[in-house]
Amino acid sequence: MKPLCYIFILLIIGYYGNAQTKISGTIKDNKNKPVPSASIVLKDTYDGATSDSSGIFSFTTAEKGKLTLTVTAVGYRPAEQIIDITGNDITINIAVKEEVSELKAVIISAGSFEAGDKKRVTVLNSIDVATTAGANADITGALKTLPGAQQVGESEGLFVRGGTAAETKTFIDGTLVNNFFYSSVPGIAQRGRFSPFLFKGTVFSTGGYSALYGQALSSALILESIDLPEQGSSNIGVSVLSLNAGHQHLAKNKKSSWGISYSYANLWLAFKAIKQRQNYSRVPEYHEGDANFRIKTSETGIIKYYGYFSANRLGIITPSIDTAGYYDAFNIKNFNMYHNLSYRESLGNGWKLTTGISYSTNKDNIEGQLQDGAEKEVNIPPLAYKNFELESPGQYFNAKTVIDKRLMGISVIRFGGEYNYSNDKYHYTLYNGQKFSSSIVENLKAVFAETDIYITNDLAAKIGGRFEHSSLLNKSNIAPRVSLAYKTGKQSQASLAYGIFYQNPEKKYLPSPDVLTFSKATHYIAQYQKVTSKTTFRSEVFYKKYNDLIKTDMINAAQQVAANNNGYGDAKGLEIFWRDKKTFKNIDYWVSYSYLDTKRDYTNFPYAIQPNFAAKHTASLVMKKFVTKWKTGFNMSYTYASGRPYYNIMYDGSNYKFTDMGKAKDYNNVSFSLNYLPGLFKKDSKTFTVLVLTVNNIFGINQLYGYNYSYDGSRKTPILPPSRTFIFLGAFISFGIDRTEDAINSNL
Amino acid sequence: MKKILSLFAASIIMFSAAAQSEKYVKAMEANLAKFDTVKTTAGLIDLSNAFARIGDAEKDQWLPYYYAALTLSTAGWSDQSLDKDANAEKIKAFCAKAEAINDNAEICAVRNMAATQQMLVDPQARWQTYGPEVASAMEKGLKLDPDNPRLHFLQASGVFNTPEQFGGGKDKAKPMLEKTLELFNAENPKPLYPHWGKKQVEDMLASYK
Repeated sequence: MKPLCYIFILLIIGYYGNAQTKISGTIKDNKNKPVPSASIVLKDTYDGATSDSSGIFSFTTAEKGKLTLTVTAVGYRPAEQIIDITGNDITINIAVKEEVSELKAVIISAGSFEAGDKKRVTVLNSIDVATTAGANADITGALKTLPGAQQVGESEGLFVRGGTAAETKTFIDGTLVNNFFYSSVPGIAQRGRFSPFLFKGTVFSTGGYSALYGQALSSALILESIDLPEQGSSNIGVSVLSLNAGHQHLAKNKKSSWGISYSYANLWLAFKAIKQRQNYSRVPEYHEGDANFRIKTSETGIIKYYGYFSANRLGIITPSIDTAGYYDAFNIKNFNMYHNLSYRESLGNGWKLTTGISYSTNKDNIEGQLQDGAEKEVNIPPLAYKNFELESPGQYFNAKTVIDKRLMGISVIRFGGEYNYSNDKYHYTLYNGQKFSSSIVENLKAVFAETDIYITNDLAAKIGGRFEHSSLLNKSNIAPRVSLAYKTGKQSQASLAYGIFYQNPEKKYLPSPDVLTFSKATHYIAQYQKVTSKTTFRSEVFYKKYNDLIKTDMINAAQQVAANNNGYGDAKGLEIFWRDKKTFKNIDYWVSYSYLDTKRDYTNFPYAIQPNFAAKHTASLVMKKFVTKWKTGFNMSYTYASGRPYYNIMYDGSNYKFTDMGKAKDYNNVSFSLNYLPGLFKKDSKTFTVLVLTVNNIFGINQLYGYNYSYDGSRKTPILPPSRTFIFLGAFISFGIDRTEDAINSNL
Repeated sequence: MKKILSLFAASIIMFSAAAQSEKYVKAMEANLAKFDTVKTTAGLIDLSNAFARIGDAEKDQWLPYYYAALTLSTAGWSDQSLDKDANAEKIKAFCAKAEAINDNAEICAVRNMAATQQMLVDPQARWQTYGPEVASAMEKGLKLDPDNPRLHFLQASGVFNTPEQFGGGKDKAKPMLEKTLELFNAENPKPLYPHWGKKQVEDMLASYK
């Protein structure tokens, strides 16, 4: 009977022990604002509550004694407090500290457009690039529809905020790319060499960029290559311009992949169909191949290799402006090879390593001739300089290492070094067989450090500096960079950026007999942006000051050579960008507008003027609509630029002088493209086909880029696009990969 | 006497263990009953926290964490103003805790829904990130339990809600739904174990009539 008695007593004690204690209070943050939806738990019990919209909570418990009360809430650091439950009701207020997190924190964004597959602030991705009408699947073509870049059609490159194309540098996986574009051809802008589909992330910085990058006065285009493909595949493409085939193999364990591709392009057919302004003595022809491998070395580590070669040539004959009845012939042969090897790995404990090397060679063989009607070379005394041969082989090696260390919260410190080697040789043969050779070797070394400091979720700063030494100039520089970002609302933020940027004199003005130094630009940028899941609004004002720009002298009656660093200039402006995927059903569009006020005195300019590559007003409208019923995407773009100035500058033996100046008419272009995906939604089909039709300048609007002048300045001819309208038609087929999911997801 | 005493001690221990388990079952049942009635986001978050408290206290039960995740997933479907990323991160954290105790197909279903909710914020920009996550959760779940009716339901409703021209459509979904219903009918869930989905399948099938 005794045990039963005990049980009875135990039960009674248990019963009385069940007396309930009420625990209540308020959860607030360090700014004394209530924290809703916080979870309050009496540790190791079932008891607890969730705070309401005023941060108030209340619950009862049967527990007794000293227990820990824990508070957790999204965006806050967990808090704990020990309470002593004696039976009396407890009122307790607990403060939680805000946690700085990537999801909530402000983004340091002044000056840059980030594009890619990141969670936030996606402006353009590779599909956007491929489907921007008028861009012709060229990365820089699509970037020209963003504010800050000029619509310069007569030469390649990104002319950003009053800067020349040479003031924009491109980086792939951290390292500098030396010949991003195909070699220049007079009057015809060349494309970038690399396909947009090689890259998963693009940052187009129109100023104020990070201390990790240097040697660009205006802009950095930072491209991040793709990692392992999701599936292996083979593909072939046929178009009016080219044939290509490729294969990507993904290992069964999905830890490594390799791929190769080859393409041959010949513009004969296209030029037969669409009359070109230039007369081609040799139709452009390109052989290109690339290879890649990617190996996952661990959960967080990856080695990537990308290699590329291109051999191409073309020849143009145009009626000579200098002397009636004669022709200017231009022939170019180019061979380019590019290798990039990169490695990134998390080293644990918040350390991260990113390193890469690239090696490339580039060789141009250019031949200029003045010809008679029978394509025979002729020598006419004042124009003898027109007959020449130039062989310019170059070798380039770049290496860069960046080490990241995560500090408190999401703050990061980053440091590393960069080495750029270049060796450019020029072998010049004059009309009389005289030969000149020169060689420009540069060893540029840089070290840099920067830190991203998140003071709160609403306020962040990026502070960095870069030190460079150039063996070519035998000079060093130190460039500070600072940006601040402040969150003004849930989706809006304001940013400021300041930085000094240095760049070597352009090699085309070297070697110089004079002592030169770096050219310098100082950027001041203020930005406001508001980003929702379907819309992006961004506006920026900037002021850029140029110092120590290169001034040139004339030598050998035709060659401009750097003389000193007495040039200067400035640029100021306002830019607006709006992208909207919401307002019109199934229509995605963006609008950009740039106002630019710039003047500079550099190279042979007699005094500071608005340069011929800078338009005051530039605007773009890009629209995309996918009609699922027709399995077709329709893309349209309109670009506008107010007329750019043109000048003829001549050397009178001692000084440069203007002999003519004016303003070209406004530039307008409407382009259209169409992608038809006939295999779409045929689930499980083994091939996937995309048919592409693009029409550039669909209305055949007259476009004028400027003028070419005769050697004596007496005559001028307009610089016009190679053809008024250009049409492209192609079919691209992938095997062994069902891309229907991609198409669905990217068009939903 | 010693024997009796130790027996007595043992019975006390057993008694309290049974009480513990009974406390767990009661608390779970009470919360699950609330799950059927709670409609607001605040209520669902409160319920999720209640499940999480049980999970934290029990330490070797995966179901409380599973339901802590599932309640948030329900909020993710119903509340369009909810911050889907923050919600999904919480769901995935609960899933990870549940998996550490018992890695199974039911948790994969919740992970699949969480990633889907994140993707739907902006499908065009996000499918490359979340598409593979959605697919791998489904793949893993079907590997662990090929006949899990909830995974089949998620698959079928995906097809059901995808427009015909995108390779989905009601016609295509019908046989899948019918098969899913069979799986639901064959299912015999243990007490407290997940059993949701059957009604939705029946409603969807009813829409064909």
